[in-house]
Amino acid sequence: MSFTTPEIAWAPLAPVIIVLGAAAVAILLESFIRSAETRRKVQLGVSLVALIAAAGTAIAQWAALEGAGTVVLDGMLTVDRQSLAWQVLIAVFGTLGALLFAARTRAGEEAFTPLGSVAPGSTEETLARRKGFQVTEVFPLALFAVGGMMLFTSVTDLIFLFVALEVFSLPLYILVALARRRRFLSHEGALKYFLLGAFSSAILLFGAAFLYGATGSTSYAGIAAGVSSVTGVDAMILAGAVMVVVGLLFKIGAVPFHSWTPDAYQGAPTPVTAFMAAATKAAATAALLRVAYEAFYGLEWELNWLIWAVAIASMVLGTVVALVQTELKRMLAYSSVAHAGFILVAFAGFPDGALSALPFYLASYGVATLGAFAVITQVREKAEDGTVLGEATRLGQWAGLGKRSPWLAGAMALFLLSFAGIPLTAGFVGKFVAFAAAISEGGWPLVLIAVIASAAAAFFYVRLIVLMFLTDVPDGQEDAIEIDHSPLARVVVIIAVAAVLLLGIVPGPVLAAFENAGVLLLGAAG
Amino acid sequence: MFPILSVMVALPALGAVLLWALPGGARVRVREIALAITGIELVLAVVLFLQFDTGAAGTIQFSEVYPWIPQIGTSWALGVNGIGLLMIVLSALLTPLAILAGWWEDKDPARRTHYLALILLSEAFMIGIFAARDVFLFYVLFEAMLIPLYFLIGSFGGGQRRYAAVKFLLYSLAGGLIMLVGVVALYFQGPGGEEAFLTDNLTNLPMSTTAERLIFLAFFLAFAIKAPMVPVHTWLPTVAETARPGTTALLVAVLDKIGTFGMLTLCVALFPEAAQWAAPVIIVFAVISVIYGALLAIGQKDMLRLVAFTSVSHFGIMVLGIFAFTQTSVEGAAFYMFNHGLSTGALFFVVGFLIHRYGTADVTAYGGLQRIVPVFAGTFLVIGLSALALPGLSPFVSEIMVLVGAFSVAKAAVVVSAVGVVLAALYVLLTYQKVFTGPAPEGRKPVRELTRRERVVLWPLVALMLVLGFLPGIAIDTLREPSADIVATVSTEEAGQ
Repeated sequence: MSFTTPEIAWAPLAPVIIVLGAAAVAILLESFIRSAETRRKVQLGVSLVALIAAAGTAIAQWAALEGAGTVVLDGMLTVDRQSLAWQVLIAVFGTLGALLFAARTRAGEEAFTPLGSVAPGSTEETLARRKGFQVTEVFPLALFAVGGMMLFTSVTDLIFLFVALEVFSLPLYILVALARRRRFLSHEGALKYFLLGAFSSAILLFGAAFLYGATGSTSYAGIAAGVSSVTGVDAMILAGAVMVVVGLLFKIGAVPFHSWTPDAYQGAPTPVTAFMAAATKAAATAALLRVAYEAFYGLEWELNWLIWAVAIASMVLGTVVALVQTELKRMLAYSSVAHAGFILVAFAGFPDGALSALPFYLASYGVATLGAFAVITQVREKAEDGTVLGEATRLGQWAGLGKRSPWLAGAMALFLLSFAGIPLTAGFVGKFVAFAAAISEGGWPLVLIAVIASAAAAFFYVRLIVLMFLTDVPDGQEDAIEIDHSPLARVVVIIAVAAVLLLGIVPGPVLAAFENAGVLLLGAAG
Repeated sequence: MFPILSVMVALPALGAVLLWALPGGARVRVREIALAITGIELVLAVVLFLQFDTGAAGTIQFSEVYPWIPQIGTSWALGVNGIGLLMIVLSALLTPLAILAGWWEDKDPARRTHYLALILLSEAFMIGIFAARDVFLFYVLFEAMLIPLYFLIGSFGGGQRRYAAVKFLLYSLAGGLIMLVGVVALYFQGPGGEEAFLTDNLTNLPMSTTAERLIFLAFFLAFAIKAPMVPVHTWLPTVAETARPGTTALLVAVLDKIGTFGMLTLCVALFPEAAQWAAPVIIVFAVISVIYGALLAIGQKDMLRLVAFTSVSHFGIMVLGIFAFTQTSVEGAAFYMFNHGLSTGALFFVVGFLIHRYGTADVTAYGGLQRIVPVFAGTFLVIGLSALALPGLSPFVSEIMVLVGAFSVAKAAVVVSAVGVVLAALYVLLTYQKVFTGPAPEGRKPVRELTRRERVVLWPLVALMLVLGFLPGIAIDTLREPSADIVATVSTEEAGQ
């Protein structure tokens, strides 16, 4: 038996290789650097360098790309402008996330538990804390997640889709469980996320099996060909397609596959929530776009009802449930469910415009999300004896924040206005292009529902603004809140503010770039 | 050419940034700085008015077009015809007066700075909206304006202000977002390209009847909420009674005109067929607004709520004029938009001065003031009479134009609306009677006569109403051609059917 070495074009995969390579190196560093302090600094440095280099490489490839793109690994992966655009986006979110991971409070406290393997509240935990242990492996874990997500955006084969999904999901499950405070909540969130994630992976795999059975192929191109030529197994093809889409909708967090979001968002350490909320949604949207446009384009008519139903359910449920939340992170979690609905609106009728609208939408949503969670890390509870505790995430604790720290509250208000889609913020332009894409294929009833949901959603965003600016600090609570000044978190807030304003006021260059990226190499569309 | 309109938008916006950036020490002079900025703005508005070529009032003048986001076809396109010109003059006139009227409202310099910066920001948005020649730009400013207004209502004012601010925001946002669907849909009806949203490129579009009607409704709903028409008017009284009189004056006198302005320049001009189709129903709602607003005004004890309801009634008359589609009625409606700004602005200011003296807006707490403060009483009476359209004051001219112009097409509507005019006499004179005549309530505090600052606020408005009452031609000359164009669009549509 002869073995032929597969020919792999490594160069087009450079961004992914940089990130995954750096992750492997970073794991080694964990074993060799003894001082926790040095390790933290080195790990942050490695992460930042790798992510920025990856983003830079992706941009360079994008600029140098001749023709529509390159097929790698015999059609398993496709590197085209669409995938490169998403990779840049995810690398940027990863960079901002890494900065937040490293942020510490004034008292020198990280967001992560000193030792993940010990039971909450145990003596070992106290000892670990006293010894100044740090779980710096969060950085390589995040790098693995970023690498997996970047891969996820260029996958054009169902097998590889599953592999990439697991590569980025497994590190996230671990990261969610590593919160320093309220560890039980963190564990609960992680367990739910893991169980439901595993469940969704299984559904995706099951769907892939159906499709393989019906069309004899796992590659998107093969499935697309099968969809149009194979007859007699329509039900099997449709069931497979629906299952694959459902598996991805889990990751996007759309109703009814959203039930992990509130717990995972609330329980996870806030930097992880920020990173996960921004990057996972982007990666899953990218993968859904690709599978929908490259493999299932012929099923557009059949899948449309699913998209419509899930979009409407997500928008309505996300908005209504967010209205009654009293916990900030849960409120943002339900808001992310509503945003998942808005994302799906752009899919209505599979318009070509979605290919350039959705990267912009996710860019605007991602920076605002990272910014908002970065602000949350800065608002802390204070005990009566003056020691600073965990984050103040009950809504009532934010009353009068505008008086305590006008700039921080102002930044948060800007992010909320962007979520609400008020003009001159990034969120508005994002909504505009997404809705425009939907309307171009006759999806205006869906858009009408979307705008009504946006108006209702504005209510709970505005409620927080009212609390921050128009409500006084409750009597006796003057000393209950401490505003932290972590330079790294502040940098993230400032970058996010700048990005939200820039994307809102002069979105032209970015829109043009994404328009340029709105082409799929193997697309049946356009 | 000097980009005067862009400068007029940028100046107050930069002024707002300047105020926020001022160091603590310089904040004692913040009112003077704000007044100076709005003063310059007023001078620019006067220059604009004088430079405006009345002979070609129907064409867009001072036009500026720069690409903004070419990817989605929007431009920074400004320009005014006669109608926009008058609205800009009105905005530039009322803003400094509102600042003067609220001169002593805040003791704390930080709060004062914040308030004035928000007022300046609102002025920038107002002028931008009245000058916008690009539907997307119009929409963006229309929605973004909500933010300063929201904080103006929610941070400064009486007890229920938070509730009022949220109610205002949600009403406006709901209307605005539905308009967004219309804006996006309009894009796909239009020619596309890098200047797809220019108003000029969107007029006379070939559209299917259904599409035109649906898009028309999306726009109209947003404007009906803004120019409060029954049944979507309920936010206005709530806001009026809680916000500061200065804020409310700007809100009702200028900002709400964006509603009627939008109906004239977007709804009717872009969708003439749909406008005609909807006109009968809209006129019915307009007449209901006239009567309902007037009736509720009579029943109010709170003077601010009363003025708010009178405005609901007056906006009904404007909408009636617009959708009657005759030369005289449209011209009258456009003129009324300006006059109502003068009259209602003055009314809110004068009621604000009363409240400042007495600390209450409740009409029953007053009485017999005429003998003590005759000048105040006289000024109040003249302003009140302008609201009931007394001949000799400019609102009379415009109201009679609307009613006469509309009579030929909607006799019943005009007859019923005329009842509203009679009711107006009732609510104005009854209020005057309760406040200024009769016995004084017991234990009354001494009351000051109209101060010099207050006269500076009120008398120019009264003078302007008198001048325009006798020489309405000054304003109407700039409105005749644009109105004729609007009527022509609708009637060609009619002839073509």
